[in-house]
Amino acid sequence: MTFEQLAFYFFASIAVLAAAMVVTVRNPVRAALFLILTFFAVACIWMMLEAEFLALVLILVYVGAVMVLFLFVVMMLDIDFDQLREGFAETLPIGATVAVLILLQLVIVLTSGPFEIEQISAPVPAGVDYGNTHQLGLLLYTYYVYPFVLAAALLLLAMVAAIVLTLRKRTGTRTQKPHEQVQVRREDRIRLVKMNSEKKD
Amino acid sequence: MIALSHYLALGAILFSISVVGIYLNRKNVVILLMSIELMLLAVNINFIAFSHYLQDTAGQVFVFFVLTVAAAESAIGLAIIIVLFRRRHTINVSDLDSLKG
Repeated sequence: MTFEQLAFYFFASIAVLAAAMVVTVRNPVRAALFLILTFFAVACIWMMLEAEFLALVLILVYVGAVMVLFLFVVMMLDIDFDQLREGFAETLPIGATVAVLILLQLVIVLTSGPFEIEQISAPVPAGVDYGNTHQLGLLLYTYYVYPFVLAAALLLLAMVAAIVLTLRKRTGTRTQKPHEQVQVRREDRIRLVKMNSEKKD
Repeated sequence: MIALSHYLALGAILFSISVVGIYLNRKNVVILLMSIELMLLAVNINFIAFSHYLQDTAGQVFVFFVLTVAAAESAIGLAIIIVLFRRRHTINVSDLDSLKG
């Protein structure tokens, strides 16, 4: 067994075990942490496939932003998570059966020949002057430039949507209202009363 | 040398695990979202493996877009969970039956 195979099986087994923990563990915080471990292991496998840019993006964007968001949300929710696990044991046989069937079908297709090393040989490892980011950028900024700009707009849309959804106007707070302050007129505040002077006894 | 089928098998296993996750945690929206993230990750493994073995970088561009959409989806999904919890004080899927579907 070469070092390459050893590394692949190491990272793959970590990814599979951590993924299994994500769906079975009781505490959602632990599930999120195991999902982070899965992402890390898969990022290492992407590194082996010479997709360095995406591997780093997976760690920076996913682990750094999305999973932290997950953790924040899980900690903000004050929920008895045990109650949400009702029926866990009853659905396990059905779920396991469906998953094993899916896996069986996929394995039959995948191992039937066309994807073995004899049919598709592994490419020669790229030289030191090869830049994955450079290659990806060449494609992304030429052929895929419109989808790329569209993706940027989509992210902006998601940001605005998330803010608008969670924005909450609190009532009963004492804050300054500048627009009302500058609109105020003299008549609203002062009332001049005309009256005769009175004699002091 | 690692065959392409090894990477595809890893993707298949991760995908099946996330299908089990959707069955097992069908009341907990947070874990459901995590299972969907896991599914997208499994699909991305296939994309990158094919991109490497066929020497075509276009597959990695697709992974880039999948990551973008998945990030947007989880951000909005978590925002919806927060709003849901504020209004109903639960995230149990079986309690969300006001549409009588």
